[in-house]
Amino acid sequence: MTPQMTEQSTEVVDMITLVIDGFDVTVPKGTLVIRAAEKLGIMIPRFCDHPLLDPVGACRQCLVEIEINGRAFPKPQASCTIPVEPGMMVKTQLTSAVAEKAQRGVMEFLLINHPLDCPVCDKGGECPLQNQAMSTGQGESRYSGKKRTFEKPINISSQILLDRERCILCARCTRFSEQIAGDPFITMNERGALQQVGIYEKQPFESYFSGNTVQICPVGALTGASYRFRARPFDLVSTPSACEHCASGCSLRTDVRRGKTLRRLAGEDAQVNEEWNCDKGRWAFKYATSADRLTTPMIRDADGELRIASWPEAMAVVAAGLSGKKAGVLVGGRATLEDAYGYSKFARVVLGTNNIDFRSRVTSEEERSFLASKVVGSSVTYADIDRADSVLLVGFEPEEESPIVFLRLKKQVRKRGLKVTAIASKLSVGNAKLGSVFVSVAPGAEAAAIATQELTAKSLILVGERASESAGALSAVVALSDRTEAKIAWIPRRAGERGALEAGAIGNLLPGARSVADISARIDLAAAWDVEALPSEIGLSGEEIFAAANAGEIEALVIGGVDPLDAMAHHDSLTALKQAFVVSLEIRPSAVTKIADVVLPVAVVAEKSGSFINWEGRPRAFEAAVADSLQRSDLRILSMIADEMSRPIGLASVKAAAKEFASIGTWDGSKAEFTSVAPSALPALKEDEALLTSWRRLLDEGTLQEGEENLAGTARQPVAVISRKRALALGVVDGDAISVSTEQGTVVLPVLVEEIHDDALWLPRNSRGSHLLATLGVASGALVKVVKE
Amino acid sequence: MSENHDHLVERVNSDFELEEVSTAPVSEEGTRSFGTQLLGFWVTFRTMFKKVNTVQYPEVKEPTAPRFHGRHQLNRHADGLEKCIGCELCAWACPADAIYVEGESNTDENRISPGERYGKVYQINYLRCIFCGLCIEACPTRALTMTNEYELADDSRSKLIFEKADLLAPLRAGMLMPPHPMYPDMDETNYYKGDVLGSHPSQEVKP
Repeated sequence: MTPQMTEQSTEVVDMITLVIDGFDVTVPKGTLVIRAAEKLGIMIPRFCDHPLLDPVGACRQCLVEIEINGRAFPKPQASCTIPVEPGMMVKTQLTSAVAEKAQRGVMEFLLINHPLDCPVCDKGGECPLQNQAMSTGQGESRYSGKKRTFEKPINISSQILLDRERCILCARCTRFSEQIAGDPFITMNERGALQQVGIYEKQPFESYFSGNTVQICPVGALTGASYRFRARPFDLVSTPSACEHCASGCSLRTDVRRGKTLRRLAGEDAQVNEEWNCDKGRWAFKYATSADRLTTPMIRDADGELRIASWPEAMAVVAAGLSGKKAGVLVGGRATLEDAYGYSKFARVVLGTNNIDFRSRVTSEEERSFLASKVVGSSVTYADIDRADSVLLVGFEPEEESPIVFLRLKKQVRKRGLKVTAIASKLSVGNAKLGSVFVSVAPGAEAAAIATQELTAKSLILVGERASESAGALSAVVALSDRTEAKIAWIPRRAGERGALEAGAIGNLLPGARSVADISARIDLAAAWDVEALPSEIGLSGEEIFAAANAGEIEALVIGGVDPLDAMAHHDSLTALKQAFVVSLEIRPSAVTKIADVVLPVAVVAEKSGSFINWEGRPRAFEAAVADSLQRSDLRILSMIADEMSRPIGLASVKAAAKEFASIGTWDGSKAEFTSVAPSALPALKEDEALLTSWRRLLDEGTLQEGEENLAGTARQPVAVISRKRALALGVVDGDAISVSTEQGTVVLPVLVEEIHDDALWLPRNSRGSHLLATLGVASGALVKVVKE
Repeated sequence: MSENHDHLVERVNSDFELEEVSTAPVSEEGTRSFGTQLLGFWVTFRTMFKKVNTVQYPEVKEPTAPRFHGRHQLNRHADGLEKCIGCELCAWACPADAIYVEGESNTDENRISPGERYGKVYQINYLRCIFCGLCIEACPTRALTMTNEYELADDSRSKLIFEKADLLAPLRAGMLMPPHPMYPDMDETNYYKGDVLGSHPSQEVKP
């Protein structure tokens, strides 16, 4: 599962040798002088230079003396804009008095208008301007006039504050927004001393990646509203960590003060997230410190009320409730690999069942077969996106569902015009930014469109989890891949899904890609686990488990981090679940804890160690950021229950689980065969009917985003998207309210006319005023009635 | 570490050659005359008639030296707004890690200090403080100074963690209790320059 290195190492690159401060250095052609100097360990001061942004030479701090073949430039040159050339002699501030004086002068100029408010500035203590003013500036300024002042600070979005006085006009933020994120909402206005970063009047800075501009700002001009005045760098204990939100697998840095996470920054990982992350990963962490966190075990007493209990008492009740019953296990997408492995082993060894499913969403049997045969154990990487000749998106909106994949696609589109094709019912904002070829299909008709695509062996098919919502789509993807040899990558939305798949937290797979149906795989694992035998019957899916529980066929449920309303309309079934014995492992109160017989509090990601597996199949290990947390991981609790039931699973710690999971390895025998499914026919539409299509937006009302108002303020407005034709038929224009209803309920939202299939209607799946599965009971492909309000 | 020490254990004192040490009494060269000895007692005798430095503390208390490092104080501007901006530079400078500060934004409704930021939480742990005064040097607004108060003993450890309310300077004549707005037509630079000499009637917050 280790991703391969890129083929770039085999490419022939011209090497150039030059002299910097009297030392020879050989670098590839096209390297900038400032980077060549870095290679020698010579640090030229800089502000605007950033290795992932185009050079601009805006701040002039990196001036050096350069001569080529004996001909010197008449003036010092900005080393961040000049590529190396043969015969170049560079003298930096270390050997050239001219360069040293030039840098000192530039620093003095930069500081003329920079206010002396370091004590109140959030950047103080980790500020490149502060540091380089100390290293290359001078103690006294010769300027005694009045500094330029602006009103400060101004909100350029609810999450980002701009202090224009502090800005040194390096253009890092504007270049990031334009070149990396593709959201050119901020720009440089005015000229001369009045030049300033500004936003367009009619477009707020609502970028999903806006937090990166705060991180790369070399001064305190851009700061985050949530971290404003919270701490100083010396207060913070930093821990490298992994993001728990989506399957992109960003490496992060979590900064904790006194047991409380105060901020998270993008970590550096060239192979995955480079130096970026999305705003959700950066700012959505307050759920962990919300006031309603569960902290003690609770047992439902005879009156039907939850009461606080001790751990031994709760364990005894759980053990008594689970033993000897037909049981099912449901794991949510927040589980780490180790936790998922714990659930997987717990189901098989303690409960003796394969009734386990990690997919707490709309699923299908076709998908389960697809995962077992094509996804588990596979490894398509970000580097494959870099090499692909074209990328096909099926049931997947990169910007909303896996933002770092979007950034990587964006990078390749910008760099070499990568062709991206999206098969969807609505052209999304993200796909418009990628310039994707939009293949418009009615919801449910994806399979036919996939079948007609032309790909090569160097192409990539990125399949989202929503492909399971259209019958036959995954079968068409497999057929397309078989025909063209294009690679398939499955990109789920949540961080835990791929890990849970590898850990076998699904009814047809055991840990390490062992098929339940394969007797030799079962025997192999039974030997590794030191148990007599493993259940041989293929387990039920999540929806079937709910149905069986309602029918009384399953008498006990262990549910960890699942919101039942994510999957199906379980309004009625939730109450029906009361007849089953339900154990809920949760962070905060949920629909499940309301009915559970025993509620056990678990640690959040920041409080435990573990690892996620991102969509590539790459492990993303992390350590506990909050030291000395009293909360226990799901794994630890499952192990305690198993001990109480006298069927130990022997996974007392994350380390033990990781070690055991590594030791059982990936099954090298045969994989499961994919069972193809035929697409279903589309229903006939009446005048006032439409086929629903939807996805979750990156920033919506997800439970892990609660408690962060500033972040929620940058979410896109909930709208109902219809085609021009339908708008004319309904007699509505942008902004008019329409109601969308099924037999179960109605959603009323303002209309937005966009590029969408005429038969389709798009709604956000879980945004404010639009909770489709809870209200309408359907999420996609279903018939809805559309009426003007 | 598995060094073999057996060779040391097996040997007894008699195995070592001990140097002979003389135990004979030491006699000082020369003798002191009676006059010389009296001269020594003269110092003692003279001191009996000197003014006594000892005072009957705590009944009698002497003032300290003017620059004595005593308990800290968080000062106010002349109109009562706090000088502390919650920048944490004192905490940063503290070699004993005795200071804990949390900053917060000033708003129009809740203005504690001039400018954008004020110190919401301010604690000094006098169990840790070594009274070195580096925090005073670090303070950019002269908010933190030291008084001459030295009576800091107490009977519990928790009482020796002083909160902001314990450290704040009292309101003097002309000062108003924050939160209240800034002096009209003055910005924080004016405050730091000392242009604000007292409160303005418009700063009073009517209940």
